[in-house]
Amino acid sequence: MTNNIILRVVSKSLIPLIIMFALYVQFHGDYGPGGGFQAGVIMSAASILYALVFGLDAAEQVFPPAILRILASLGVLIYAGVGVVTLFLGGNYLDYSVLADTRIAGQHLGILLVELGVGMSVFSVMLIIFFAFAGRGRP
Amino acid sequence: MDFIIGHYNYWIAILLMMIGFYTVISRGNLVKKIIGLNIFQVSVFLLYISMSTVKGGAAPIITEGVKLYSNPLPHVLILTAIVVGVATTALGLALVIRIKEAYGTIEEDEIHQQDHSL
Amino acid sequence: MIDVFIGVVLLAFLAVTAVSIVRMTNLFAIIMLFGIFSFLSAAMFVVMDAVDVAFTEAAVGAGISTVLMLATIALTRDHHEKASASHRPWLPLTVVIVTGAALVYGTLDIPAFGDPNAPAQIHVAPYYIEKSIPETGVPNIVTAVLASYRGFDTLGEVIVVFTAGIAVMLLIGAKRRKSNVENNKGEDNDE
Repeated sequence: MTNNIILRVVSKSLIPLIIMFALYVQFHGDYGPGGGFQAGVIMSAASILYALVFGLDAAEQVFPPAILRILASLGVLIYAGVGVVTLFLGGNYLDYSVLADTRIAGQHLGILLVELGVGMSVFSVMLIIFFAFAGRGRP
Repeated sequence: MDFIIGHYNYWIAILLMMIGFYTVISRGNLVKKIIGLNIFQVSVFLLYISMSTVKGGAAPIITEGVKLYSNPLPHVLILTAIVVGVATTALGLALVIRIKEAYGTIEEDEIHQQDHSL
Repeated sequence: MIDVFIGVVLLAFLAVTAVSIVRMTNLFAIIMLFGIFSFLSAAMFVVMDAVDVAFTEAAVGAGISTVLMLATIALTRDHHEKASASHRPWLPLTVVIVTGAALVYGTLDIPAFGDPNAPAQIHVAPYYIEKSIPETGVPNIVTAVLASYRGFDTLGEVIVVFTAGIAVMLLIGAKRRKSNVENNKGEDNDE
């Protein structure tokens, strides 16, 4: 689809905006609707749009599947790791109050880290699944 | 009449549930079965969210001057359910692709014929 | 009053879309109708004040699910359902009608839609609505419950998503060698 100039130009202007919107949703999940899941899915939608317009090979160069696998595992590790860190700091598993000096700051930090882990993992898994489906048809 | 207005949402959700259920059990094409399953899931979400709304309430984001909020707990439950649903759909579709490569068809009757399993 | 009208119209559209999904046989059209179904349900969630859920349903249902289904019918090259599908249509219809009647009988006891004095709204929910800002400092109650109060469930959910990714990678992620069906059957027997 790279020959279609309208698709190319429009998606080149839209993909950065979509990625920025995904980051906005990720970090403003505390104050408005949003959070890790929505941000991960929106970011993967931007990557799928890139893959559809510019070809699967170009998309696999921007997001190499090896990096995606590492990112997916890293997301889960961050989430579970926050729980282990709180264990070591003296609280229960996933008890964010012990992460910082005050209780509210600890909760904010904990929720931020956890949503980051969730967003990373969901983004990478959705993209892994899409690349698996799209790459199956290639000879 | 008030009773019908008060329960109309639930009955439409049950109607959609039964349409999805009918698609799963009566059609032979595997992709259509998966779509019917997704219709069933979405209608269950509609049922739960209908049970959590409050008339005159706002979205459960604390803002100044708003006194009545909708119930946030079913929202959390359904958020998790939606994501698990898409994971299940992706896995089901991957299995359909492998079945097509192994049997050459995705119609249930022909698969049973090839396997002599019915 | 206007949002009751909007809700009724959206639900009617949802029912019409679902019935046409059952009746049609062109798989491509069915998948497009499924995308419309997801969007209509996301609009219905917004009307019912569930903004987080609407966000996720629109992104996931109309985005990822539709794309994956289109990829599936492109790979299986099967664009039409076989028309002689209903061998015995009365048996599924009977099962569906009996189940539907049982469920409708069950909903007769549910409190009316939007009732602020329903047991669901006066027992557990006020705790989270009042204590969310003093205990976590996060205005979005859904995020506070999801990430802090019920953090274990979200951990399980992330692990489910991760497991689905691994499973899809195992099933169809490997690079294909020859497009020969016997070769693939031979590989599967070895695994």
